[in-house]
Formats: sequence, C-alpha cells, structure tokens
Amino acid sequence: MVPKDLRYTKEHEWVRVEGDMATVGITEFASEQLGDIVFVELPEIGRTVTQFAAVGVIESVKAVSDLFAPLTGEVVESNSELSTAPELLNSDPFGKGWMLRMRVDDAAQVGALLDAAAYEALTSEA
Amino acid sequence: MTVADRLGPTIFERSRPGRGGGKVPHPPKDALSRIPAGNLREAAPRLPEVSEPELTRHYVNLSQLNYSVDTGFYPLGSCTMKYNPKINEWAARLNGFAALHPLAPDEASQGTLQLLWELEEALAEIGGMKAVTLQPAAGAQGELTGILMIRAYHRSRGETDRTEVLVPDSAHGTNPATASMAGFKTITIPSAPDGGVDVDAFRAALGPRTAAIMITNPSTLGLFEARLCELLDAVHEVGALAYMDGANLNAIMGRFKPGEAGFDVMHINVHKTFSTPHGGGGPGAGPVGVGEKLLPFLPSPRVLRASDGSFRLEGAAERPTSIGRVRAFVGNTGVLVRAYAYIRAHGGTGLCEVSDDAVLAANYLKVRVAEVLDVPFTRPCMHEFVASSATLKAETGIRTLDVAKRLIDYGFHPPTIYFPLTVDEALLIEPTETESLETLDAFVEALRRIVVEAHSDPELLHSAPHSSPVRRLDETMAARQPNLRWRAMTGVQMPCPD
Amino acid sequence: MTYGPHTAEDRAQMLRAIGVDSVDDLFADIPASLRSSGLDLPAPEAEVDLAARLSELAACNRVDLMSFLGAGAYRHFTPPVVDQLLLRSEFYTAYTPYQPEISQGTLQTIYEYQSLMAELTGMDVVSASHYDGATATAEAALMTCRATHRERVLVSRGVHPHYRQTICTYFAGASLVADDIPLVADGPDAGTTDLAALERLLADTDHPVAGVVVANPNFLGLLEPMAEIGRLTHAAGALFVSVVEPVSLAVLASPGEYGADIAAGDGQPLGIPLAYGGPYLGILACREALVRGIPGRLVGMTADIDGKRAFVMTLRAREQDIRRDKASSNICTNQALCALAAAIYLGALGPHGLRDVAALGAARASELETALAAAGAPRIHPGPYLNEFAVRVPDAAAVHSRLIGRGILAGVPLARLLPDEPTLADGLLVCATEVTTQAEIAAFAAALGDELAGSGRGATKQRGADR
Repeated sequence: MVPKDLRYTKEHEWVRVEGDMATVGITEFASEQLGDIVFVELPEIGRTVTQFAAVGVIESVKAVSDLFAPLTGEVVESNSELSTAPELLNSDPFGKGWMLRMRVDDAAQVGALLDAAAYEALTSEA
Repeated sequence: MTVADRLGPTIFERSRPGRGGGKVPHPPKDALSRIPAGNLREAAPRLPEVSEPELTRHYVNLSQLNYSVDTGFYPLGSCTMKYNPKINEWAARLNGFAALHPLAPDEASQGTLQLLWELEEALAEIGGMKAVTLQPAAGAQGELTGILMIRAYHRSRGETDRTEVLVPDSAHGTNPATASMAGFKTITIPSAPDGGVDVDAFRAALGPRTAAIMITNPSTLGLFEARLCELLDAVHEVGALAYMDGANLNAIMGRFKPGEAGFDVMHINVHKTFSTPHGGGGPGAGPVGVGEKLLPFLPSPRVLRASDGSFRLEGAAERPTSIGRVRAFVGNTGVLVRAYAYIRAHGGTGLCEVSDDAVLAANYLKVRVAEVLDVPFTRPCMHEFVASSATLKAETGIRTLDVAKRLIDYGFHPPTIYFPLTVDEALLIEPTETESLETLDAFVEALRRIVVEAHSDPELLHSAPHSSPVRRLDETMAARQPNLRWRAMTGVQMPCPD
Repeated sequence: MTYGPHTAEDRAQMLRAIGVDSVDDLFADIPASLRSSGLDLPAPEAEVDLAARLSELAACNRVDLMSFLGAGAYRHFTPPVVDQLLLRSEFYTAYTPYQPEISQGTLQTIYEYQSLMAELTGMDVVSASHYDGATATAEAALMTCRATHRERVLVSRGVHPHYRQTICTYFAGASLVADDIPLVADGPDAGTTDLAALERLLADTDHPVAGVVVANPNFLGLLEPMAEIGRLTHAAGALFVSVVEPVSLAVLASPGEYGADIAAGDGQPLGIPLAYGGPYLGILACREALVRGIPGRLVGMTADIDGKRAFVMTLRAREQDIRRDKASSNICTNQALCALAAAIYLGALGPHGLRDVAALGAARASELETALAAAGAPRIHPGPYLNEFAVRVPDAAAVHSRLIGRGILAGVPLARLLPDEPTLADGLLVCATEVTTQAEIAAFAAALGDELAGSGRGATKQRGADR
C-alpha cells in the first residue's frame, strides 16, 4: 500500500513531483528494513545533485544506507526536524519524514522512476 | 546478593572528597612555580576520589557482570575464544620483559629481541612465508600493513593504475574498510552457492586495474576454498597479488601453509590462534607474513640477527623501500611474549594437534547441531561452521537473535550472529580445541531445549535473557541521545538505581 | 595436548559421530597439491622448562639500568591494585561486548574510561581506545580531512618523530598530504613550533589545510603556545589536533581549555608497563560536533527494557562491520584492557594523586636540570618544560653509550631520533618522573661529569663500584 500519486526508485526513495519541484523521502518499506533510524545526514542547501548519485546517509542502530538523489537538480530545502527527530522517518515516512526538496533540471528524468504499481511489485518480490 | 544486585554506581558516584591517597609522596610546594601560569590548568580534572577498598570492590563487582572464557563456553565464531594459559600472563609480567623501555639500546634489549626474532621465525614457518613483521597491533592493522605493502609493490613497478581490491561478500568488514584506508576501491564479489568464492566471478572482475584480492581462508563460513589453486593462478596471471586474511588460521596449522600455496601476504591474529587473551576487545597483535615480492616493503624497523648471533633493530634509513612505521614502537610486545610462550609450550606437533582438535570439535558440533537447527553447508567444515534459524523462524517466528539471547539463560555465550551476511539468520559457531566433549554436548542440549521452547513458549524467547544482570537494552535511545561520558556537574545523568 | 581436554576415547567418539575414520578425512577439501605435513618447529616444552627459558630471556634485558629515558614512553609507579584487578579472568578473557546483557562489566568500565579521559582532556567524546599514541594521532589527522573535505594537514616537527612517520604511512595510502611545521631555531622560543611558519603554511589557499597537529609538551619536552596555535588554525578554517601526555594533564592546560578540536596521545603512563613498546593505549578524543566522524568503539549509557541503567556499544554505524568500505576506520580489535588499566590507575591515584605524580616529576626534573648543568650539560632550550628536556653533551652518542657501561641509561641521543635536526646533534633527551630518585640524579650527574672531564673512558668495568 504505497501512495499512488508518488514516483519511486529501486533504492526505495519516493518522489513527489510538482512542477519543477520535487520532494524526496524514503518509503515505509525502507524505513522498516532499516529499523529504528537514529541519524540522518542530508545534503546542504544549494548543492547540485545528480540522478541516482549518493547524496546523504541514513543510519539505524545496526545498519546504514545511502540516500540517493532520484533526479538531477539543486537542493533547495532539507527537513531540519530530522536532525533532532530522526524517528519521523519511522513514524511518518511519507509525511513528516520527508527529507529534501529540490529543483529539478530535467523533467524527462521522471520517466526513469517507478510508478506505485511497479514499486509495489518490486517490494513484494523482496 | 544476586548478580543483578552488583550493578552498582559508577566510579564517579562513589567519589567523596578527601578519599584515597597514599600512593606517591607530595611534591615540594614550588614544584610547578617555574612553569608560566598560562600553561597550567585552570580547573583540576574532576576525577573520582575513592579509597582502595572501594576501588577494588567496584571493579571486582563489575567483573562479575561479565561472561568470559574462564566463565564458560564462548563459541563466538571467527573470534577463536580458546583457553588462555596462565603461564603466558606470568611470562608477560616478568620484570625483564615488562620494564624494558622501547627505546632502550639494542645491547640492553637482547632478551626481548631474541624472543621477537624467534617468534617471527616460528610464524613464518607456520604461514609458509619468507618473513614476518610483528608490528601491527591487531588483525585490522595487519591488513592495512599488508595492503600498503601491496600498494608500494605496484608503485615500485610503475603500475599506479592498479586501484581495485577484490573482496568476496562474505568477508569481514575490516577487508573493505582496509582497502579504502589504503586508497583502493573495493569491488565486492558475490559468493558461489556452495559458500565458496565464485572463481568465475573473480576471474571476470580481475584485470589490469586489480591490485589485490583479499580472501579469508578458511572462509568466514568455516569452509576451505576448494578452488584456491585456480583462483591464485588467475590473480597472479593478471599481475595482482593475493592477500590472505588469517583470522581462521586455527584450522590449518601444519596442514596448509598459505605462503607455500601462493599467497603473497597474510596476517595472523595472535589473540585468536595463539591464545593471547582478548581483554574485553583487545589488545591483540596482527603480525604479517610476506613472500619474496613484498620483502622489501616490510614496515620498519625489522628485528635483525647479526652474524655474531646478537640482535638489533633496523636503523631508520636502512631500507628506503619500506612502507615506514605503522605505529610508534616495535609491536605489542607484551602480547607477543604470550604468543611465544604458547608456541613453545605446544611445539610443532602440539600446534598441529591444536588445529586437528579444533576441526574435529567443530565437525562434531556441526553434526550435533544439525539435529536441531539448519546447517546450510554439509561438507566437512574447518574450525567453525554456520548454522541458521531460518526454518525455526518460518515455523515459530523465533529469530536467531532470540535463540542467542536464550542461550545466555542456559549459561552459554551466544555464537556470532547475523554474520556472515550471506546466510539468512546465521549463527557462526566456533567451539575451539579447548572445550570438552561434555561442554559441546551440553551446548547442543541447550539448543534442543530452546527449539522446543520456540514452539511451546515463544514469548519466553522473545523476552530472553531472563537471568542476566540486565535484560535487552534500548539501543535506539543510546544512539538517538548519545550519553558517552559522565558529566559530574550537569546532573543530566540517569541516576544509579540504588 | 597441552591445554586440550580430549582423550583418545573422546576423539574416537567424535569421529564416529561425524562418520569419518580419521581427522585427515576432515581436511579433504584442501587440494592435494597444497597440503603440507607438519611444522618444522621445536618440540613441545613442559611448563617448568618453558618458565626457565622465559626467565632466562627476560634476564637478558638490562632493566637494571638507572633510566632517564622517556621520549614517548614513561616509567611510573603503578599501584599493585591495578594489576591485581586486571588479572580478573572476567575482564581479560572476555571479548568485545557484543552481547551487552552479559558484558556490563566491560561496558561500564569503558564508559568510565571515556568519562575519565574526557575530564582529563576537556573533550566531550572519547573512543574506547586505539592501538597507541601514534596511530591515534594518525586517525586524528585523517578525521580532520574527512570533516573538512580537505587533503592536507600540517604537523609540527615537535610531534614525536615516530608519530610523524606513522602519519606519513597512513597518509600515503589515502593519498593525503602531511607537511612539516618547522621549529624555532633559536632565541627564547627555540624548540617550539614556529608560529610565523605556521601562518605562512596556512595562508597557502591553493592547498587548504584540514588540520594542524601539535604536541604539548612537545617531543623535546617543551610547552607550546597552544592557544595561539589554535587561534591561527581556526582562522584558516582548519581543525586543531593536540597530542597530549595524560599525566601532564593533571597540571597543564587541557586541550578543551585551549580550544583543540581533537586530542590524541598515548595512555601508557597511566599504569601500563613499558613492555618494549606495547600494548599501549591510543587516546582519541574530540568535541561533540565531530562525534559521527570519530573512529573506534563508543559506549553509551542507556536502559534495559525494565528501565534499569545499563551500557551498550553505540553509534555503531560508523564502524567497519556495518559501513564496510565507507567506515571511518578499519579498527576492530582495540586496546580495551589497557583502557581498563588506565581507568583503574586513575581511580587509584585520584585527582590529587595524579597531580602529585605530575608535580613530583616536574620537581625531580628541576633537580636533574640543575645537577646536569653543574656537570657540564646545560639545557639546549630556554623555554618552559614539565619533566623532560634536552641537554647539550659533546659527542652525545658516545657518552650515552659509555654511561650504559656505568649502569646509567642517559635518556636518548637526539641524533638517533631526529637525524635531520643538525642543531640537536649534540643533544640528549632526558626525563624524570616520580620514581626518579635523588640518588639516581646524583649518580647520573657524577658519571656524566666524569665522562665530560675525560676521566670516564675505560670506566666501563667499574659498574659495580658506581652503583
């Protein structure tokens, strides 16, 4: 049951595309796999990121995972609440646990992302 | 008093102003008057003030909260938790060894130098290597030393494009971490279905960019790499070198000598195979053996024997090809004295027997454990083997973690769990050669009862352990709000329960 | 077998259960061409013979010499309670506390060690231990590069030469640059880090500096202008690494007080035997802001599910077993038992006792300075020192060697450790601690005076008479 209006990556990020802006987070599946998340490292504002390149880190008690940029563009905002409340990634990954907002360079890249059905298929195999 | 009651205050909570003293005389009042005030400390460090009896009780009570090899069976896979002979402790504390300064001139250090030289010779024979350095302080530092030598070797031949180190996915985390520290890119190679290295996958990844492969043999699954010849040939064909992680040397002494088989470099964990104590996490020592190709690059200083039979440390500029120093002084000598004593006590025949008995005990335990848990690889194991709770989990929801925690209630230290990463719900079990048949049987019996409990009373396992000084810990809180030191003045501590 | 329990019947029973005829069958996976048969090593030795052999080897070491040798490893009195408690099997035969429920002893002692060292250094975070002072310093230098995303550190030539060489070894692998900061050649600040040179080096904006590494006291025993160095370092956006000797921190300004970001050093002086170089204790401490970048284990306070206070390894995602090739270091096995020794030592001495150790060493060193100067060996540098200093002795190496014949280990000839500092070629680095006696100082001064007066030659056979 993942939100239908979002796009997804194979690395378990979700993306909400609105015009040339995109909001990025990790899916509930990812947050469950990681377990209790204790620390998040996000890219600084203004940084240009490349699609599918590692831009941040998500740490749980016993695992660590890279955060990948789903699209190429510039980071315009990151969720500062996560620095003191990383548990939002566990309690509300699609909502208050959003991670960053970016200005997208090339809307065509969205086509390389999965839709909800394809993502569900991916996670049900796992 | 039960064990749990011994969970006491911290040393800081025991402190009362005015306690302690009497260890050294008071200095003259003007002792520091020649030092400008600006160099002196403004506020004295807030160290605890306790009397010696309180100090003693503090640590004796704390010690009793620990499980140790001398307490009971400690089958922690890949760590070789064998018995630590007491004569080794005695030897390391002999004043002649313990009080020798690391910069004492060679003429004043002949006893220790001879011991180190003889130990190097013995380890070279055991590893089939040309020479050994005793400098590295631990296995991981041995790995770094070895990989830095490999880097120096390729650079000496002008082959600076060799930037990759191939590591199987079953490797200890230290292997890829070492490759990164030495400036290499790690290429992870998946394992073959039989648990061994996938020689074809390795072959496909080998090339002119390959600096080295790092192989643990026997593997982290406790299996000997059956296709080793092919693999080593392929590595050397492309001009790369082969590193052997010797963490599992306890299985193969006298049966297999890595250097003779074609490995160019290996490290040895003396705190595993040669029974120097693990000390709650260290110190160990990680000597490194090399073949002909890497001889010029050994770290400095080496221990040398002169033609008149005396010993000396190599001079600073004596061997410019050396990778240099990897630490301040010549080695964890106190640990190496213990390893030397262990090797002399056993002799060549005794060390062969150590490996034979370690392998025998592991295979026996594997057959017995297979009565109650999954054992994914059925061919003969070396000194350790992997079991799995995958079936148990499917049937009862009980995971390896629960089995491990319940073993504590039965009086055993759990095996290594969830490693190697390639096996689901893994338990890596290493009995070592110093555990009696009765102990091994009792361990199997405990596992058998746990499996029964998993079906009849799973909650008992989910909430285990029940008999330990503390129960399962809140590791999430520890990581989200790290409290890494006692702050005497700020009062933000969680107070002592009593 | 020496320590094994198995009888012939046990072995036979195990073989039957496995279903093989002999142990050889269990090694069938080793390719025939790679099998070896046995080890060419001496025969087993019974403990009584082994004890005699070891005693004999130990006796070949000249630990009877009156020693004024420091230079990175220091002779101190260790209260017997330290070793007695270290020999608790439960401490020394346990391993890394992977199972916290049955490792609270080790975990709490590490937490307390972290806390004690944080007090001494004035830092917030202390790693559970590194191999020694040299590797801790190298790790500190690497930390500054990771934290600043810069690739060059400046290391004072006042840092122990072996530490500097270790940094170079570690940096070569990572393709990072470690440049020297020279020492002031003469004048009142001779032998300390050259601040003007430091400013010049920091001003090279094409090669921005990640960290500046300075020791206090430095290798020559001198006190450095740490606050000023910290100010210059921070102005260039770099991190300040202070290399410390922990006993000195009872009386000297702490890294926290003078603004260091990272403190590194060797904990050997805290109750750990000299043992020809190890095992020692690598101290690595930092400010809170750097906690995610510090390598090595950390233990934190938490609670169990019943709410009972307990301790556990934490922030584990920094480490090699989880982060693998992206870990902050490859360190796994550390020097935990040495950290325990240091913690017990600090508990046994207490704040006043530790201050007495440091101050008494300083007092003895003053006496040594006076005695050696009177014997014709004045200090080389004028600046303040704590308990170690360099003296000028013509033909220092030869005199040092002849003094051994008189039963005296006269520190270390500086030419041996700093061959590239010609102004120190005639230097001996000597130190005194609380165990240095006034009788030893008098004997050293007398013998040295003798040597310098030229009457010492050929005196090597008079050792007994001199002592």
